[in-house]
Amino acid sequence: MTPDLMEAGARTRAEHDAKAKPVRRFIADEPYFGQGVALYVEDISVSFDGFKALNALSLAIDVGELRCIIGPNGAGKTTMMDCITGKTRPDAGKVFFGSNIDLLGLTEPQIAQIGVGRKFQKPTVYEQLTVFENLELALKADRGVRAALFHRLNGEQRDRIAEVLLLIHLKEEVQRTAGLLSHGQKQWLEIGMLLMQDPRLLLLDEPVAGMTDEETERTAELFLSLEGKHSLVVVEHDMKFVHQLTEGRKTVTVLHEGSVLAEGLLSEVQANEKVVEVYLGR
Amino acid sequence: MTKLLGPKGWAALLAASLTVVVLIPLLNLVVPAGSVFHLSDFYVSLIGKILCYAICALAMDLIWGYTGILSLGHGLFFALGGYGMGMYLMRQIGLEGNYKSELPDFMVFLNWKELPWHWMVSDSFFAQMLLVVGVPGLLAFVFGYFAFRSRIKGVYFSIITQALTFAAMLLFFRNETGFGGNNGFTDFKRILDIPLGTPGMRVALCVITGAVLIGFFLMARAIVTSKYGRVLQAIRDAETRVMFTGYNPLVYKLSIWTLSAVMCGVAGALYVPQVGIINPGEMSPAASIEIAIWAAVGGRATLIGPIVGAVFVNGAKSWFTVAFPEYWLFFLGALFIAVTLFLPHGIVGLFRGKDRA
Repeated sequence: MTPDLMEAGARTRAEHDAKAKPVRRFIADEPYFGQGVALYVEDISVSFDGFKALNALSLAIDVGELRCIIGPNGAGKTTMMDCITGKTRPDAGKVFFGSNIDLLGLTEPQIAQIGVGRKFQKPTVYEQLTVFENLELALKADRGVRAALFHRLNGEQRDRIAEVLLLIHLKEEVQRTAGLLSHGQKQWLEIGMLLMQDPRLLLLDEPVAGMTDEETERTAELFLSLEGKHSLVVVEHDMKFVHQLTEGRKTVTVLHEGSVLAEGLLSEVQANEKVVEVYLGR
Repeated sequence: MTKLLGPKGWAALLAASLTVVVLIPLLNLVVPAGSVFHLSDFYVSLIGKILCYAICALAMDLIWGYTGILSLGHGLFFALGGYGMGMYLMRQIGLEGNYKSELPDFMVFLNWKELPWHWMVSDSFFAQMLLVVGVPGLLAFVFGYFAFRSRIKGVYFSIITQALTFAAMLLFFRNETGFGGNNGFTDFKRILDIPLGTPGMRVALCVITGAVLIGFFLMARAIVTSKYGRVLQAIRDAETRVMFTGYNPLVYKLSIWTLSAVMCGVAGALYVPQVGIINPGEMSPAASIEIAIWAAVGGRATLIGPIVGAVFVNGAKSWFTVAFPEYWLFFLGALFIAVTLFLPHGIVGLFRGKDRA
């Protein structure tokens, strides 16, 4: 490349940046998904006091994919999510978001800002705030102190909140304090908060735990409607729910003792002898 | 969204402002001393002092009630503000001290020949007022930065703040520190070259304190009704969720923590000319714990509650310590237990609907 070209490129970039909405970020780079990979985990290992929670785990999630992860208790499912979201630093290995963002160099808020949303096993919402306020805080916007002090919702943002309220069936509860919601409603509210962030990748840790059958069904429908627009990683014990999500054609990953035991269609892994031994046939 | 105050709120605020700015001066200065409506100098000072405490309780509510960080060291920031003002007042004594020296009496007593370095700007009111805000602010900022960055939370944070104020108290007890040792500062004569001991000055300080309290209240109200205030409450309820939503809790906690400390510093600076003394006793762990008690008794996360709590507890204290001097601490303990058991939302919780869990 000639110096002229480089200069021209820099100028175009500067013009583009000037036009783009001034949203303060920790990092300059946007994740790049052109190669079709949303999340790439390679050989990560974590040990706590000698106990190997993760043992050279590798995993690749495609853009728009819905991947279910199953495995017995202690298989390392939550630890894996901790590594992806910055809560735990692995002893070894790589975690990439898109093909260019090294997640291991970022903090939890930074990872959330570039588009990784996480739902905890236990519903975690702001109990003393209303449903509306819970969603408002999650809304994608500048996360700085000054912006928060002078923040006013615009029409577009209100529409977005209304849209998500409809999606998570909490329209009637909008002014209720979140602490007063039922367990299943809290789960949904947290999913709604995730959607407000507009993440490219959603990590969902046992999202239907404690839900009624009807709620579980509706949650599955919701996730299926998100597939394609977002990449989803769902960790779940409920095989009926997994069955519903995979629709008989999607890949399921089985974790055991911190690494991948098997990967394939649900019917395949259910027939896999090793899997039957450690998990299904207990 | 949420309004700064409702119509009732504005009416109450107006009534409070009128009481402080009009009623107190009127009853003290205009109504003759023999009248039943006369407010004695003693009560003017007492009200002024309690209003200073109310500012501390309000500051405590921002950090504890709204952000869920219990500080047991806010007395330190209050005392630092008080010392900042005290240094200036010591210099205002001029040559009228016992030793007729340019230096404050305690320095003469220690045989010091010149002012130590940290007294360099003490003859300037403006510079000392900057220190009143700056020293508690800077200390809180540095301490908070390291504590919050290390993710120290809950009872561990409370214990460290308690240790901090205790350590500072020991430091200030030492004569070498240059703050008058265990006697602290007293015998003030003037502020801005105006004599302190006059009724007019007493009322003026009380009115200023009331005005500052009202100003701080409005500021706090603006903060907690903003999205920033809701992030603070979110940090209190579920800090991990806040983090995984993309907010960096450190900057939120650090900013409100520093602001809260500065408010206490200002309260301390207003307190010292009204009570006429500042000594390391203000940094004792018990003094800081009391601030938390005022907030809890009045009702946390309501802003008005801690103000009510500070007025109620201190009003009760000044009556009790006269009527039953031996039993005050028993009463305070019983009050705290009763509020914790029966009034989780404090005194103002009694008057509020149950619309919020």
